[in-house]
Amino acid sequence: MLKVRGLSVSYGGIQALRGVDLEVAAGEIVTLIGANGAGKSTLLAAVSGLVRPRAGQVWFQSREVTGRRAFLQARAGLILVPEGRKVFANLSVRENLILGGYHRAHNPQFQRDLAGVLELFPRLAERLGQAAGTLSGGERQMLALGRALMGRPRLLMMDEPSLGLSPLLVREVFGMIRRIHQQGVTVLLIEQNAAQALRAADRGYVLQNGRVVLSGPGGDLLQDPRVRKSYLGMD
Amino acid sequence: MTGPEFLQQLINGLTLGSLYALIAIGYTMVYGILRLINFAHGDVLMAGCYIAWYGVVMFHLPWWAALAGAMALAALLGVLIDQGAYRPLRQAPRISALITAIGISFLLENLGLVVFGGRPKAFVRPEVFNHIYQWGELRVLSLSVWVPVITAVILAGLVFVIYRTRTGMAMRAVSRDMSTVQLMGIDTNRVVALTFALGSALAAAGGVFWAMKYPQINPLMGVLPGLKAFVAAVLGGIGNVVGAMLGGMILGLAEILLVALLPEMAGYRDALAFVLLIAILLLRPTGIIGEELPE
Repeated sequence: MLKVRGLSVSYGGIQALRGVDLEVAAGEIVTLIGANGAGKSTLLAAVSGLVRPRAGQVWFQSREVTGRRAFLQARAGLILVPEGRKVFANLSVRENLILGGYHRAHNPQFQRDLAGVLELFPRLAERLGQAAGTLSGGERQMLALGRALMGRPRLLMMDEPSLGLSPLLVREVFGMIRRIHQQGVTVLLIEQNAAQALRAADRGYVLQNGRVVLSGPGGDLLQDPRVRKSYLGMD
Repeated sequence: MTGPEFLQQLINGLTLGSLYALIAIGYTMVYGILRLINFAHGDVLMAGCYIAWYGVVMFHLPWWAALAGAMALAALLGVLIDQGAYRPLRQAPRISALITAIGISFLLENLGLVVFGGRPKAFVRPEVFNHIYQWGELRVLSLSVWVPVITAVILAGLVFVIYRTRTGMAMRAVSRDMSTVQLMGIDTNRVVALTFALGSALAAAGGVFWAMKYPQINPLMGVLPGLKAFVAAVLGGIGNVVGAMLGGMILGLAEILLVALLPEMAGYRDALAFVLLIAILLLRPTGIIGEELPE
């Protein structure tokens, strides 16, 4: 579904990604782990079209989409839930959800999708008229996910969905991700919470200083001594 | 001052305030989305006035058709300015776009001098706006009555677009977070273009009514209304559309009432706007109903 080859990104003089190769097959959950500044967010930003890569290629559903602008990537079903949720605080919950499906609002499916999202996140249904800025952290994450689902993602990329949430909510968010995945959405996930992410994922990539240093099935990575030492805090 | 006189001044104030409000909307919408003070805005107003003038004088259009044409072509001009001058600078430091805006302003003014000539042209007030309504002792020019009414209709339409349509939703979202909006599959460039189009069309409407009120036009006519409308936008809270309407009304009323109540201060009329600007920046920099916007 997604194929990344030799992707490099620089900000000013600083090279954030150095020739990253990565693949996500249809139906998978793939996770990217790594320390702060390893280039995880940059990778998602480059794939989603928010930043232009300096070199390398991105293929989505067998078409080259390198450097295509973000709104076109989103319309094609390559949708990013950005770090920090980024819900539109000055808009209502309903408006946030409608914006998520902005380009397909005339689609007859639209109302059904909205109902589906509200079924998945009943808490949002209670707060439809409220400004998104009044929501709690967990509710914002649900809104960010629901908003992304309104765009009918084929590949849903999530940047740190559990950031800043209580352990209970983290578990809830992972439950949501699994349910979204069960509905047929392929998932590419960045997580600080490496153990939980690797357990949920089919495969994982470890990023270090802008390079992929390790990759493999989630279970294998969980057992890998280097991963255990550096990212799971175990010896 | 007698009651009817006061009422008359009040109506005049509302008329002037309507014009400021129409012009201020464009400043505030563009600032809300790009964090850019579009200094060329007043000159788009001037261009709109000349378009209307040519429509009436050369093509013998009725005033409403000339007004509609001026609004449409001013909208196009606003979009062209954005796409040609500001869009290449979206990622540049903000000061670059600001200086470019000043440059575009000078360009339009001097282009106006070359194309239209420096001599003012008389702007004929259409018949409907040129008679006196009289109620008892109250005598008001019909233009002064109709301008606030037409403005109210236009602004109600604008508020509807911004708060009740999907497009308006996208505009409000872009004003807070341009990059996240793209992730929704929204072409932010089109949203920005639409913002320039709407703001410029409203400025042209304000300008044409301005030309009917003070019936002559010249290539530098946009400067002072533009600056004052900018003050009105800051007064109401820059970035806030309702604030711009409010700021425009307050400024218009304040100017007219200053002259009416303190005739010996009439010479300071234009200074009043800038005194208000200094005062609001000192006391409440976010304006009356504005709020701090994210960078």
